[in-house]
Amino acid sequence: MPKQKLILIGNGMAGIRAIEEILKLKPNDFDITVFGSEPYPNYNRIQLSKVLQGDTDVSDITLNEWQWYEDNNIRLYPGETVMKIDKQKQIVYTDKDREEAYDQLIIATGSNPFMLPLPGADKEGVTAFRDIKDCEKMIDYSKKHKRAAVIGGGLLGLEAARGLLNLGMDVDVIHLSDFLMERQLDRAAGELLQKELEAQGMNFLLEKQTAEITGKKHVTGLKFNDGGKIAADLVVMAVGIKPNIALAKENGIEVNRGIVVNDFMETDVPNIYAVGECAEHRQMVYGLVAPLYEQGQALAKRICGVDAEQGYQGSVLSTQLKVSGVDVFSTGKINEDKSSKAIKVFDEWRGTYKKLIVDEGKLAGAVLFGDTKDGNRLLSFIKKGANVEEYLDAGQSEESGVDLVAGMPDDEIICGCNGVSKGTIVDAIKNDSLTTVEQVKGCTNASRSCGTCKSLVSDLLEYTLGDDYADNQEESICGCTTLTKDEVIAEIKDKGLTHTREVMNVLGWKTEEGCSKCKPALNYYMGMLNPIEYEDEKESRFVNERMHANIQKDGTYSVVPRMYGGVTNSKDLRKIADVADKYEVGMIKLTGGQRIDLLGIQKQDLPSIWADLDMPSGSAYAKGLRTVKTCVGANFCRFGTQDSVGMGIDLEKKFEGLNTPHKIKMSVSACPRNCAEGGVKDVGVIGLDGVWEIHVAGNGGTHLRKADLLCKVKTSEELMEIVGAYLQYYRETANYLERTSAWVERVGIDHVKEVVVDDKKKRDELNERMDLALSAVQEPWGEAIKNETLLKELYEKVNVPTASK
Amino acid sequence: MEKTLRRVLVGNYSDLPERLGKTVVIDDLEVAVFKLSSGKVKAIENKCPHKGGVLADGMVSGEHVFCPMHDWKISVVDGEVQAPDEGCVQTFKTEVTDDQVYLLIKE
Ligand code: SRM
Ligand SMILES: Cc1cc2nc3c(=O)[nH]c(=O)nc-3n(C[C@H](O)[C@H](O)[C@H](O)COP(=O)(O)OP(=O)(O)OC[C@H]3O[C@@H](n4cnc5c(N)ncnc54)[C@H](O)[C@@H]3O)c2cc1C
Ligand code: SF4
Ligand code: FES
Repeated sequence: MPKQKLILIGNGMAGIRAIEEILKLKPNDFDITVFGSEPYPNYNRIQLSKVLQGDTDVSDITLNEWQWYEDNNIRLYPGETVMKIDKQKQIVYTDKDREEAYDQLIIATGSNPFMLPLPGADKEGVTAFRDIKDCEKMIDYSKKHKRAAVIGGGLLGLEAARGLLNLGMDVDVIHLSDFLMERQLDRAAGELLQKELEAQGMNFLLEKQTAEITGKKHVTGLKFNDGGKIAADLVVMAVGIKPNIALAKENGIEVNRGIVVNDFMETDVPNIYAVGECAEHRQMVYGLVAPLYEQGQALAKRICGVDAEQGYQGSVLSTQLKVSGVDVFSTGKINEDKSSKAIKVFDEWRGTYKKLIVDEGKLAGAVLFGDTKDGNRLLSFIKKGANVEEYLDAGQSEESGVDLVAGMPDDEIICGCNGVSKGTIVDAIKNDSLTTVEQVKGCTNASRSCGTCKSLVSDLLEYTLGDDYADNQEESICGCTTLTKDEVIAEIKDKGLTHTREVMNVLGWKTEEGCSKCKPALNYYMGMLNPIEYEDEKESRFVNERMHANIQKDGTYSVVPRMYGGVTNSKDLRKIADVADKYEVGMIKLTGGQRIDLLGIQKQDLPSIWADLDMPSGSAYAKGLRTVKTCVGANFCRFGTQDSVGMGIDLEKKFEGLNTPHKIKMSVSACPRNCAEGGVKDVGVIGLDGVWEIHVAGNGGTHLRKADLLCKVKTSEELMEIVGAYLQYYRETANYLERTSAWVERVGIDHVKEVVVDDKKKRDELNERMDLALSAVQEPWGEAIKNETLLKELYEKVNVPTASK
Repeated sequence: MEKTLRRVLVGNYSDLPERLGKTVVIDDLEVAVFKLSSGKVKAIENKCPHKGGVLADGMVSGEHVFCPMHDWKISVVDGEVQAPDEGCVQTFKTEVTDDQVYLLIKE
């Protein structure tokens, strides 16, 4: 039988998903052609928010590489738009004068951003937020301009605003309603959200209607209906989308708000289908991806003529805001009316809010703020049309999550971002003997993007593995073993194991030589347990720690020498300047840790630079002590009460070179003004008159955390003693790659106080073991330049002379 | 036309560090050469298909190397990127004779 000619208009998420479903059912029945206006292969539009926020790169969000089209014999015409459909002759015409005949046609043209028809909307510097081009434009603008205005305080607008903040712009968000995300949230949640985002640095202008975009050629600001105005160099319109139906409409296909389709995604014209945001099904047009996966399945079954009695039944949606540090979730009905009742829980202390809407005894909707763990569960209860008692009785218990996933059909989508179904995950768990969420992520991509489906994946593991999973609740070190960190440490001690490969052999690792997770972890645990005899394995170190320098994106390195307490002198500065000249370093930069970074250095130059500098390594690459920031202190500052600089230098000299589960940053300030930022350090010391306060477990990085007060001490000896014991306790009990902030959250600050502060005996023992560990420390740069083998093995490149012809 | 193979001397077998990579620069081409714990010597292009990471500085486990940039796992035997990531790097034949390690490069 000759192949049927299948054409897809719109190389986006819905269309390509439908093609994937078709290929799954009938890989060889169709001769497929795809037209897409955008000059890229199919990419994950959702992730544009993350690209803008700097969490990922445009090149990382491709869903189907060019190779995928080739491998499946799909003819792709990127950057080509279909202009006309001749539905009688079954031919499409493009803007590049191409004509192509079809037997089956899928329209998946998505949506267009809605641009308010304001005076001035055509000026330079006005953009939507829909595609890669918009995203690149905003990133570009942020490099040259400072002020951004986002019109629209909905999902898209807020994600854009957060991205622009991350890009260093000042951001005003203009919103018509008097609270944010009014289509997804109720007032209480909207106001909580506003507070949180204001704390992140967003500025809101609510109940404002924009009247005009001002400026000559380029925008300079906005004017509002009430006469007010603001300045802006970039205006992002995020007020909504409208289904892209022009092509269908002009060619006589029935449209309403979207292209009208039945349960099989068929339009009113034979052999023409529509799917995704451009389609209208039972008066609903969807603007999220979850429905389009279900639509794609229904469409594929119909086109392939398999088991399609039921078709697509519509979707219950949920939304989630992809802004880090903010958890909001909503689904179904969000506002109570006459017929419904609401259950509300508002915890002002923790800043969480939960509202359930009950319609005639059934769960009809939910709004969550601050704690969204229950979101997925609520969504499935609502999808099932469950009675509210059923949800309340199930409580938060473990079984309920498992019951829930047990009841789902195999093709139900678990991971909305990557379109991974329950069936795919369960098969992978069975076929590849997976036991952890991490492994499922690795094998199937589920939970790889936004991560909100993690709890469902965990439930699926439990559902598939039963008791075996319960035993595994404590995460194993990595996919190579089922043993947890504590079990492995116990075995190492018990059996006296001495190197990582021995551990893997004896403890039955599934892989011969481990992976990039367990190798460095084992290396750390063994060094911690046996600091004197254990021989550190350089091949089990991540590149930076192996090379004692930070690798750069182009394979060059950076060098950060120590500057104890952030104090330097003219001699060191001169050496740094000389090295910079001699080796033509790419950039000299002051780091956030009060020292100097030499960037863009060739690997083979590292040893000679260290020799020339003749300064100790700043360990800017190490899972160990990085910097001890200090403030000016009592010797100079009019408010200073203690010698913060001297104390900082003492701390740095004592603990430099130590290996720890993750990096450690400290600071010492000399008064409560806390200029060295002790509130966000692993150890933040604050000097007061006659007292030192020791704050711990602060973090200024990815997961911002304010430090807890561990204790106050009078003398510098006591301070060293507490810090030593604290760090040793961290070394002994934290998981590898767990910062002090996460560790203290896990074990509890009160517990740490009991061991380190209240129990003198334990403290002394900890300090003994700390001193032992410190006695084994060697200065890595000095070591490396003396060691011929190391120099040869790690830093030399082999240069092959050009072949003589 | 049949391409000829150029034999390039990399160095002494005994000097190559085990489970570490060595960068070999041949004109514009950079090759990462690995001596595995099995004793085999493998060579692949020193350029990760993801974003060009220098594979010679990656962590070696069995017959795979983890890219030092973003941890993609790549076979040093056939150059294939392991799931869930996708791609492939060029591989080169190696030869060890009398403690000398050679790379065979197509010209
Ligand atoms: C050089 C420096 C930026 C600068 O120019 O100022 C820097 C550079 C890097 N940081 Fe940083 N961080 C630098 C200060 C900070 C600070 C601020 C501070 O220390 O006062 C923070 C937040 C404070 C904190 O850690 O609590 C910071 C939080 C991070 C994080 C997030 C850590 C976390 O637990 O959340 C990472 C990622 C990681 O370590 O896993 C990171 C990782 C990195 C790496 C090593 C990324 C990498 O693996 O390649 C960067 C190397 C860049 C390069 O190309 O060489 N960097 N980094 C700063 C070096 C300070 C120093 O003198 O040693
Ligand atoms: C920044 C952002 C964040 C988002 N976040 C989320 C989220 O967190 N969760 C969620 O569920 N959804 C989210 N969405 C929505 C989601 O991306 C869309 O629902 C989804 O992309 C719709 O897929 P589609 O295939 O229908 O349309 P699209 O992905 O827009 O694909 C349509 C394609 O067709 C092309 N096209 C149009 N007309 C023609 C023509 N005549 N000829 C050829 N090609 C044509 C277009 O150029 C486009 O590439 C987000 C969207 C954006 C912009
Ligand atoms: S230096 Fe730190 S903040 Fe800057 S890009 Fe690198 S990791 Fe990110
Ligand atoms: S460059 Fe190799 S993993 Fe990114």
